[in-house]
This record gives sequence, C-alpha cells and structure tokens, in this order.
Amino acid sequence: MKKHILILLLAIFPATSFAAGAGVHLDTAPIDINDKDSIKRGAKSFVNYCFSCHSAQFMRFNRIAKDTGMDEAEVREMMIFTRDKKGEATKLGDLMKVAMTEEYAKSAFGTAVPDLSLSARARGADWLYTYLRTFYLDENRPTGMNNLAFPDVAMPNVLMNLQGINKAVYADDGHGGTKIEGLESIQSGTMTTEEFDAFTADLVNFMVYLAEPVQAERRSMGWKVLLFLAIFFVFAYLLKKEYWKDVH
Amino acid sequence: MGKLLTWVDDRFPLMKMWNEHLAEYYTPKNFNFWYFFGSLALLVLVIQIVSGIFLTMHYKPDAELAFASVEYIMRDVPYGWLIRYIHSTGATAFFIVVYLHMFRGLMYGSYKKPRELIWLFGMFIYLALMAEAFMGYLLPWGQMSYWGAQVIISLFSAIPVIGDDLTLWIRGDFVISDATLNRFFALHVVALPFVIVFLVIAHILALHEVGSNNPDGVEIKKNKDSKGIPLDGIPFHPYYTVKDIAGVAVFLFFFSVVLFYFPDGGGYFLEHANFIASDPLKTPAHIAPVWYFTPFYAILRAVPDKLMGVGAMGAAIVVLFFLPWIDRCKVKSIRYRSVVYKANLTVFAVTFVVLGWLAMQPVTDTITNLSRLFTLLYFAFFVVLFVTSKNELTKPVPDRVTS
Repeated sequence: MKKHILILLLAIFPATSFAAGAGVHLDTAPIDINDKDSIKRGAKSFVNYCFSCHSAQFMRFNRIAKDTGMDEAEVREMMIFTRDKKGEATKLGDLMKVAMTEEYAKSAFGTAVPDLSLSARARGADWLYTYLRTFYLDENRPTGMNNLAFPDVAMPNVLMNLQGINKAVYADDGHGGTKIEGLESIQSGTMTTEEFDAFTADLVNFMVYLAEPVQAERRSMGWKVLLFLAIFFVFAYLLKKEYWKDVH
Repeated sequence: MGKLLTWVDDRFPLMKMWNEHLAEYYTPKNFNFWYFFGSLALLVLVIQIVSGIFLTMHYKPDAELAFASVEYIMRDVPYGWLIRYIHSTGATAFFIVVYLHMFRGLMYGSYKKPRELIWLFGMFIYLALMAEAFMGYLLPWGQMSYWGAQVIISLFSAIPVIGDDLTLWIRGDFVISDATLNRFFALHVVALPFVIVFLVIAHILALHEVGSNNPDGVEIKKNKDSKGIPLDGIPFHPYYTVKDIAGVAVFLFFFSVVLFYFPDGGGYFLEHANFIASDPLKTPAHIAPVWYFTPFYAILRAVPDKLMGVGAMGAAIVVLFFLPWIDRCKVKSIRYRSVVYKANLTVFAVTFVVLGWLAMQPVTDTITNLSRLFTLLYFAFFVVLFVTSKNELTKPVPDRVTS
C-alpha cells in the first residue's frame, strides 16, 4: 500500500513544478542597501520623478537625512519644494505627503495614486526594477504606454525622457496568437541603457530603504545579539554539565 | 532574608509551591531533545504577552488609523520595529514550538492514561492559540489581514439555518469593518490571553499531579526509594532549569536569526500583500492564510462542498482531542511500539507538512487532487491507529528508564 502511494506521488509531483507561476520574467535588481550614496541618488530621483503624485506618507524627511548622513540644509534643498497651509516651508520632521488629492488623481488618471512607502515590501525590488524599465508603446492605452510587469497600468512613463521609447516585439505564442517576446528601442533618451539601468537601480534601492528604513540597524544589531547568545550558550551548557555530573 | 521568607510562608504557601512545582517536583532523568519545547512554549507565551503590551501602547484599533499606526511603530517609536518583529516572529515561533511539543506527545504516548486531561487542556490551549493568532492577524489591517478574515469568517455562513446571522454577529457588521477590528482587538488583547494563561496553568497543574512521561513511556513513580522519591527521578530544579536555560539560548539564537535577518520569512511570516492597506473593493489575486493554519486550510479547500469542507476542517482538529481514546495500545513510547505505528506516525507527520505546502499553492487540478489524497491520509492516521492499536505487536517495556 505504502509503495503504491509513493509511486503515485512520484507520478504526480513532477507535474506540479510548472503548474504555478505566471506573468513576466523579473530582472534581478542590482541593489545594495548599505550603499548610502546610491540611496541618496535614489532619494533625489524619487523626489524629482515620483513625489509629485505619489506620497511616501509614513516617512519623514529628516529620517532620510539621518539615515543617509545628509545635513538638514542639504535635505531642504534637495527634497523639500512645498509649503504648508500657512505658507511656511514644509518642516523637516513632516511626513512625506503630497498635495494631490484623491479626487484629482481619479479625474486625471482614472484611479487613486498609490502611496509608495511600502511598495518595495508589497511588490519586491525585482518587480519595481522590472516595472520601471519595461514601459512600451501601446496606442490602445490612454497614456499611449503599457507595461510588461503591470499590464494596462494607468501611470504614464515619467522616465521617458531619460529612457527613450520602446516598442514591443511580438512572436508566435504557439497557440495561434501572439505574445510579447521583448522590447526594442525606437527612440533613445538622454541616458544610455546602462546609465538608465543604474539610475533605476538607485531609485529602487531608495524605495527598498523607504519600505523599511530600519533594516541596516536591524542587521547590525542582529549579529551582536547572536554573538551574545552564542557566548551565553557556552556558559549555560557548562553550568548544565556541572549540575548533571551527579546524575547517573 | 530567612525571616522574611518565614513571614511570607506563614501567610502564603510560597515555599510549598516552590517545592511542589520545582525543587521537589521529580522529573524523569532521561528527557531528550523533544522535551525542551514545553518550557519553550511557556517562554514564547511570556515573550508574546510582554511584546504585546508594548505594542498596545502605540497601536490604534481603528480602521482609519490601524495600518498607519503599525508603520508608526515600525518607524517612529524608539525600537518599535524590534517590538513588532519580536511579536510577529513570536507568533511563528509559538506554532513551531507547539507543533513539536504536540508531536512529542504523539511519539511517546504522553496523552495516554493517566495524562488524558493534560492532553485535553493542551488541545484547548492550541484551539485558543489559533483564535488568538487569527484575531491578531487582523490588527495590522493590511490586505491579507482583511481578506484572510473575510474568508475565514465567511466559513461560518456554511452552517445551515443560523450561518448568516452567526457571521453577522461575529463581524458586528455586514462586512469586515471597524466594528470587527475593535472586537478582535478586545479579544486578542484581553479575553484570549486570559483564557490561554488559565489553560496553561491547568495544563501544568495536571502534569505535576500525575508526573511527566518520558521517552521510554515508563512510570517513574512505580520505583521509589525508601524516602518515596522515584529512583529515576531528579528534581526539576536545578537539573531541568539549568538544562532548559541552555535550550533557551539555542532557541533564542534561531529566533534572533529570523527576527534580525528574515523578519518577513520570505513572505510566509509577514505576507507581502499585507504591506498594502486593506481595501474592501480590491480582492487580492491569491489569498493564503499564514503558514501555521495552512494544513487545515488545505483540507477545507480539498472538499468541493463548502459545508462539508468546513466540517472536514473542523473534524481534522476535533479528532485530535480524542487521541487518548483512539489509541488503544497500552505501550506508550514509540520505542517499544510496532512498525505499523512507526510508519503510521511518519506518514502522518509528512502528510501534515505536505498539506501545509499544498494550501500555499494556487488552485490547480493537480493541487486539488493532491489535497484530497493527503486529506484522506490525514484521517487515515486515526483510522489505522484505532484499528491496529488494540492488539499491537509491541516490544517488552523495561521497568526502569534507559539512559
């Protein structure tokens, strides 16, 4: 009986390995969360390209300053362009909210603009890295653009000036239809592909940091705790051995 | 110091309790690796209560504020991230430790006469723990919190006649809402911890009344010296306290590896979709419960009919309560039991893990068929056990524990 079950399992299991998983292949984001300069560059790009529409409402400006080693003047110059309701410049300790209302976003894009504080944790760095680099021309979309990682996305390609314009290359999907095989550049932007990839990597690196600002501190505290526990274990073990000498 | 102790002892049975439960609680000397998990479960309970208290100081049980308050804890509260990760890692650790503790009971027959009540109290703890974890998971108010609760609560609507009214009563609203969040918070933070702590006390009192089982399944109280002390027994304190301290160090090491390096456990401990605030209008593409519920969720999904599925899932848990009576073999420990039992238990353990894995896969025909097969295997364990245990071919059990 048991042997039959085993044979049955072996017969079924290979079939399961490709049953799961659909969607686009994701490129691995070449990011390093300990690279503060990269995070800084990413922060600058984030503020310039994302932060007009997307908020990062759980993050404070001065937290970025503290974690990347920027001074306050630098942050003010690089990141803060807004004023509060009283007309005073947005404070360093403020949360990174945007002026765009949900109603406005809905009338402009047909949908609310998501907050980006936690995107990297919800979607993953590789998804973000792929998404930002795989916009392509699609006349059927209101923005004229579609995306491989996020089909029928409402967001226009805000990085188009840097990246240039791509179009989709179609291939036979083997079922009588077509599928997108890859993207091909039809107009270059102000950056080369390598420059743009590096630019996107910095941006994604910042967003990974943004999703969990404490991660560097968490890791550095981690090994100290583990070291303490390892030493503590040695003493605890010796104590146990000493007490148990007389147990036979 | 001695005077103070006498003063207290004249008014409160402090030394009496100390002796009864620690210094003169005689424990079999042959405990192995599997016997760490009872004290570790107690440790995790304390960790959860303490970290939970600190989380409660900053968390807001309000549908408008809950999600943001968790991020506030993660970013603005000093060491809030540490407290939150301790609590979330603790939930996973609790179930790992409890599952291993229960498996120990199966291996060495710790649920058998005279320890049936210990097992029953333990099962009620497990039940309360599942409710506690389920309600706690709603509190971060992310997409998985919301939709996971939606799926689980809607299961009650499968119950004939009263189903719909019952779900309405549980939610306090027609959908999961602020009312649900508030009552789950109350139950998670006040009611269920009380229940769990009282059950744990009952579990330990029952254990100390009859004494601990051991890997040989030998009753150490049968062989006592002239002073009435079991020959194979050693006082819990200091012997097992010092041993458990070493165990605690190892446990905390693994706990810290997860806590500091893999707090979201690759999406299994903190699910990715739960970093998106709950949205009643957007159903996530793939709703999976947290890993510790998955074996039962697989059983639910395996049955095509909703009511039958809920029934099967309930039965999968309820049947565990009856183990002391399903297993009719007089020999306790797996060491002296038949090959049939050893094989049966092995298949059961593998089945439990495979069911857990199956529930995390998107539904396909293969997955559904496999879920059905393993659901049958899950229940087959109890049937085979009941049938074969009465006249099992056991080996002779020694009089004394082996070292």
